[in-house]
Amino acid sequence: MQSSIAKFIFGRLTLDSLPFDVPILVVTFIVVALGAIAVLGVITYFRLWGYLWREWFTSVDHKRIGVMYMVLGIIMLLRGFADAVMMRSQQAIAFNGSEGYLPPHHYDQVFTAHGVIMIFFVAMPLVTGLMNFVVPLQIGARDVSFPFLNNFSFWMTVAGAIIVMISLFVGEFARTGWLAYPPLSETAYSPDVGVDYYIWGLQVAGIGTLLSGVNLICTIIKMRAPGMTLMKMPVFTWTALCTNVLIVAAFPVLTAVLALLALDRYVGTNFFTNDFGGNPMMYVNLIWIWGHPEVYILILPVFGIFSEVTSTFSGKKLFGYTSMVYATVVITILSYLVWLHHFFTMGSGASVNSFFGITTMVISIPTGAKMFNWLFTMYRGRIRFELPMMWTVAFMLTFVIGGMSGVLLAVPPADFVLHNSLFLVAHFHNVIIGGVLFGLFAGISFWFPKAFGFRLDPFWGKASFWFWVVGFYFAFMPLYALGLMGVTRRLRVFDDPSLQVWFLVAAFGAFLIALGILCFLIQIGVSILRRDQLRDLTGDPWHGRTLEWSTSSPPPAYNFAFTPVIHDSDAWWDMKERGYVRPLAGFKPIHMPKNTGTGMILGGLSIAFAFGMIWYMWWMAAFGFLGMLAVAIGHTFDYHRDFDIPADEVSRVEAERTRTLAAGA
Amino acid sequence: MSANLPAGHGTAGHDHGHDTAPGHATLRGYLTGFVLSVILTAIPFWLVMSGVLDSKQATAMAIMAFAVVQIVVHMIFFLHMDARSEGGWSLMALIFTLILVVIALTGSLWVMYHLNVNMMPGMHEMKQMP
Repeated sequence: MQSSIAKFIFGRLTLDSLPFDVPILVVTFIVVALGAIAVLGVITYFRLWGYLWREWFTSVDHKRIGVMYMVLGIIMLLRGFADAVMMRSQQAIAFNGSEGYLPPHHYDQVFTAHGVIMIFFVAMPLVTGLMNFVVPLQIGARDVSFPFLNNFSFWMTVAGAIIVMISLFVGEFARTGWLAYPPLSETAYSPDVGVDYYIWGLQVAGIGTLLSGVNLICTIIKMRAPGMTLMKMPVFTWTALCTNVLIVAAFPVLTAVLALLALDRYVGTNFFTNDFGGNPMMYVNLIWIWGHPEVYILILPVFGIFSEVTSTFSGKKLFGYTSMVYATVVITILSYLVWLHHFFTMGSGASVNSFFGITTMVISIPTGAKMFNWLFTMYRGRIRFELPMMWTVAFMLTFVIGGMSGVLLAVPPADFVLHNSLFLVAHFHNVIIGGVLFGLFAGISFWFPKAFGFRLDPFWGKASFWFWVVGFYFAFMPLYALGLMGVTRRLRVFDDPSLQVWFLVAAFGAFLIALGILCFLIQIGVSILRRDQLRDLTGDPWHGRTLEWSTSSPPPAYNFAFTPVIHDSDAWWDMKERGYVRPLAGFKPIHMPKNTGTGMILGGLSIAFAFGMIWYMWWMAAFGFLGMLAVAIGHTFDYHRDFDIPADEVSRVEAERTRTLAAGA
Repeated sequence: MSANLPAGHGTAGHDHGHDTAPGHATLRGYLTGFVLSVILTAIPFWLVMSGVLDSKQATAMAIMAFAVVQIVVHMIFFLHMDARSEGGWSLMALIFTLILVVIALTGSLWVMYHLNVNMMPGMHEMKQMP
């Protein structure tokens, strides 16, 4: 009787689910708990709770939400990188009969968590955060189309990240690899909660991603300043548009395929099982129909960042704007035609493989066109090697190597040799670190002054840059060699002692990258301390070309006192050339959306729902689900969602801006 | 908001200057859509229940065809989509969606057919093997 009550309340959660027997996790938990107590203590001591709640957590301002996405991404980067260090050190010592220090059960969770976290909770939030922050400013809008939805999307992403993080200390994470292929991820082979954490973490975060995609498409199509025709949009906005179209088209496929897997696991259907007509190959097919566009979701906005950075720091208009736009659109379409190259070896045969091999190789054409456009933009430009430009040059050198190894893998016979080898691991880290991450760092150092009103410290930035770039080459070039020698991915121990030296070099590379991350964090800290020296009074620290640089740094809540009128794709450059004069009078009240805590409440309830589903605590799942419905419906009855910033307030802010400009001049 | 007038929509009361003239948002439009939907739903039921078509495959194909027509009816009468709505963006989004759906469906059918033939011998040739 007692046990059935306990079973009703706690589902399958017991004290044994807590990993007291794994010293690494206990120590990690203690460190995390101490860190959390310290952070909460500091917030409480400085009485920041009210400020955080009013100004940030409930904010519907696209700039604040963008910054919060970036913070989420950087925090999760630390977690994902901790996993990477564990794998590198395990593989560096597990030779000559040594088992290393990670048991298989733990090691398999580590590589799964590393992949899931780095893609879904590092790269995606950082990319979404930059788009959120920059796009409305670039198109001369005051906010996104649906400001509350934006806040809600953010909290759903956070909720997904929290669900994945809970698995570290309560139960376990999936041991299946980052895409959870069945039949391994089915109940028969993964009866534990790991895959359920995976499913619900991604489903909850996926809602956020999808909704923010809808929001940004709508914003770009409907809210551009007058005069900004499609072919006058800044390239970053173009790539953001294409990325969000990809998000809206691709993420429902992920949602559907994870829902089918969840049905298999929860109600005993047989979509992907080995028996009863199930077909695991269908899962692989479907998840890559999402998975391939996903990598373009990450890289396209970053191409946009590089375009903005290259033209700004070369002091030239972007070379081949039109071809850049068409290349982006072509990549958007082509990204749907290549998914099979992820499973050439599954046995679809020569005709199918050759079709998908060729489409894959074709993608390198628009990508190559972009690369030449950047080079020609730099050609005869007055290049300033500031930090964003340094990242861009490092990207161009590194990404080409990754692209070439990608084209190599696109050849089906070569792929049969290299499939699932460390060569593949080296390839995708080459394009994701050398492409996406370098681009994000370029973007962060480029737009940081716009977001906070002071520049990032260049010394620590350059230290971080060199550690990252050199560390990347040390960490991943050995993996190319190992892959060509036939070493497969996800191995825990090795028999051949002659391979160890390569893994030691790779571990050294990971150590350098760790220093790079450390320098990045120091850079932020030092910049905050030195903010008065690094202050940007003009709002245009880089001599920028697009509209976001026409506002103050940080921009006022309403972004633009008057909606600008656009005549050129480099709108702000054009305005400066024509001697644009800031309007100083005649301000009108500005209609703005009100902050709301609903998004955070919905995010919290979704965690309760997911936790209940994972542990079979059905009462909690029902509470979370019904709670979400009630709060969401209740929110529709809130008719007081907007307010007007009075004209006096606008004049005051704009007068302040006039004073700062005069002080800066 | 915008200057293009909703000309030639054939419905009365459209002079309030929306650029997204809800051309078909009338009781008549909704009723037409509803009746068409009911008919297009009833026929497949009838096909299955009465079994007029001899082969199951033909019945399935017919149902699929009715489903496609049903989608079009919903888009025109309930979602009010036409070439002009939202300044052409609805049509553009529709074409893009169609391209992707066609790629994903035909691609999956093609890929999965080959995968099944090559990798699931138990389901095909092995039955005929001695």
